[in-house]
Amino acid sequence: MHYINPITIAKQCTCQNQTDIEKFEKLGEILSMYKDEPGSLINSLYVAQTIFGYLPDKVIKFVASRLNEPVIKVFGVATFYSYFSRFPRGKYTIKVCLGTACYVRGGKTLLEKVKKELGISIGETTPDGLYTLEIVRCVGACALAPVVVVNNDTHRRVKSNQIPEILQSYISEVSNEN
Amino acid sequence: MVKIKVGTATCGNAAGAQKTLEKLETLIQGQSDISLSQTGCIGLCYREPIIELEINGTKFLYGDVDETNAEKIYKTHIKDNKPITELLINQSNQHYSFEKQNRIVLKNAGVINPEIIEEYIAVGGYEGLKKALQITKEEVIATVKDSGLRGRGGAGFSTGMKWEFAKNSVNDKKYVICNADEGDPGAFMDRSVLEGDPHSVIEGMMICGYAIGANEGYIYCRAEYPLAIARLKNAIAQAEKKGIVGKNIFGSTFCFDIHIKEGAGAFVCGEETALMGSIEGKRGMPRLRPPFPAVSGLWAKPTNINNVETLASVGWILSNGACAYNKIGTEKSKGTKVFALAGKIKNGGLVEVEMGIPLKEVIFGIGGGIKNDKKFKAVQMGGPSGGCIPASLIDTPVDYESITATGAIVGSGGMVVLDEDSCMVDVARYFVNFTQTESCGKCTFCRIGTKRMLEILTRITEGKGVEEDIDSLIDLANKVKDSSLCGLGQTAPNPILTTIKYFKDEYIAHIRDKKCPAGVCKELITFNITDACIGCTACKKACPTKAISGEVKKLHVIDQSLCVKCGACYNTCKFKAITK
Repeated sequence: MHYINPITIAKQCTCQNQTDIEKFEKLGEILSMYKDEPGSLINSLYVAQTIFGYLPDKVIKFVASRLNEPVIKVFGVATFYSYFSRFPRGKYTIKVCLGTACYVRGGKTLLEKVKKELGISIGETTPDGLYTLEIVRCVGACALAPVVVVNNDTHRRVKSNQIPEILQSYISEVSNEN
Repeated sequence: MVKIKVGTATCGNAAGAQKTLEKLETLIQGQSDISLSQTGCIGLCYREPIIELEINGTKFLYGDVDETNAEKIYKTHIKDNKPITELLINQSNQHYSFEKQNRIVLKNAGVINPEIIEEYIAVGGYEGLKKALQITKEEVIATVKDSGLRGRGGAGFSTGMKWEFAKNSVNDKKYVICNADEGDPGAFMDRSVLEGDPHSVIEGMMICGYAIGANEGYIYCRAEYPLAIARLKNAIAQAEKKGIVGKNIFGSTFCFDIHIKEGAGAFVCGEETALMGSIEGKRGMPRLRPPFPAVSGLWAKPTNINNVETLASVGWILSNGACAYNKIGTEKSKGTKVFALAGKIKNGGLVEVEMGIPLKEVIFGIGGGIKNDKKFKAVQMGGPSGGCIPASLIDTPVDYESITATGAIVGSGGMVVLDEDSCMVDVARYFVNFTQTESCGKCTFCRIGTKRMLEILTRITEGKGVEEDIDSLIDLANKVKDSSLCGLGQTAPNPILTTIKYFKDEYIAHIRDKKCPAGVCKELITFNITDACIGCTACKKACPTKAISGEVKKLHVIDQSLCVKCGACYNTCKFKAITK
């Protein structure tokens, strides 16, 4: 099978800078490829979340209408899986691993530290839109426990006093961009 | 001729292998006698990043190779031919560690470049498939049956029998599914196989497809494994290009296509009926069996689901014959099993051992024992579905029957080692918290039962437990076990039942004496400064709530009303003057 992977297309788009109309256009274009493919709802939501950053009501309704599915079904799937977010997420998603290995090696302490540093709880985003805090159940890097994953970077054998430094490194990244 | 291989699996990358790779690339630029390539995880995760250096046929395995050490190795060893002993993964130790292993599933992990199909073929890859296509479907199933291979996902059902059921289902459309939704925290062997040897899984799926009469397969991989997904995509594309996946494979009439489905973060999707629901684009909720997937599975068609490790063993079995596999292991548990060693262990990583090896050999032999030479307390096996095996049962042979007899399960193969600093009530609470969060909510016993058990456990860890709690827990646990719809609920009580069975005194200490013997449960510990304090003020500086007072060179004290029990002072004190 040689098909174009819609997720790849979505990842390539420079969505943050587009207007809602442009985003819906893009999403509609990709969803048309999925229309007759059975079982494509989860992939469609992946694409929608990649373009919009999260899944607000209007996006869920749009996906439902384009795929010809009841809104309740789309809503049901969007709220079942932890990957999908109903709220806007920060530029950096911090995932503190609470898998068994990380847990017994101090993952809980790291979580407390991140919460304190950022002043947010699990699932929340900082007011400046920079960080979203999540917990993750094992990323498979157990021998390097405890780990903290920030977007695609895995920080290994983290100690709680390193947390400010790790967070700071991303802030510097942002200020360098500006 | 110098060959350098850098291990770039997730664990390697997390330790900085990409930077090592880039550094080496710059260093060897323009030198045709030095080759550089990537490989998967060799299993010694605690020494990542790891590189293998081959100089005129002699191999050297280096650990902790960051950019600086990479340059050092390049200058000292490659250029001046002086091996750097302190970075070499101790030769005798390494022998010890590998000697006790028998690598079938992991044979290529850390050896070949997983992104180049030719390397897989060069080491005998796809020979099993070729062999399968030359014999009848019945003969393939008989071979797998005779090998004694049992499902490595957890349940341990005979793979050959499972295939036979699917083959006997009459339908023009059938599916093969590879369950790569490795959700058990503490287990990462499937990730390692997918990242280090993706073709072995593809080969296994195709042999299965041929045997049961399916021409389409799905790999359902959890989204938390982006590298595994990328390597699989690349492997499938390469196999398609070579005509190994697709139409008329190796000149036969057999055709097979493979798709990848990414999970979206739901532990319950590792359960087979939930997994199929998820592929169909629905909420991943389990349904009653029967009908079993072999009769009515994906899109109501006969389907065979196997886990990654199971499928990765199949090619080897077909190539080497059922007897070769059958003679490894114990009477009822054949072959090898990969275990993920993590937690409070010295040499954390992946090991593949013959079934029947004593637990002690794995933890103290290969794993090197407990970190910081603390006391071994228990090993948690089988993730949230498993249980804790206490130190007294360390001689238990690792096979399906013996491990199940302890109350734990072999499961997917996670072994999280716990030491004297681990609180068993807290561990039970941790797992029930996990299953409670991941319960899909379909059946009452799992949805509400796990919630109530979690409440009781939380209460106990907070020092609010009452005498009847242990009995209530056992009662609830047995009911949830008997009445839940799927494996998640049926096994969720295992961590509670095993910890009560082997560590009842710890529960009693929490409930009756309001003490946490391991010093983990915050509400039950008090930090105190003893006479050993020399007044260095380190704890005072570390305390976030200014609860510690004292002058330089004088005994410090903790104001208990201000103490939040964060443990910062305990971790800071170099004189062991703080007790908890």
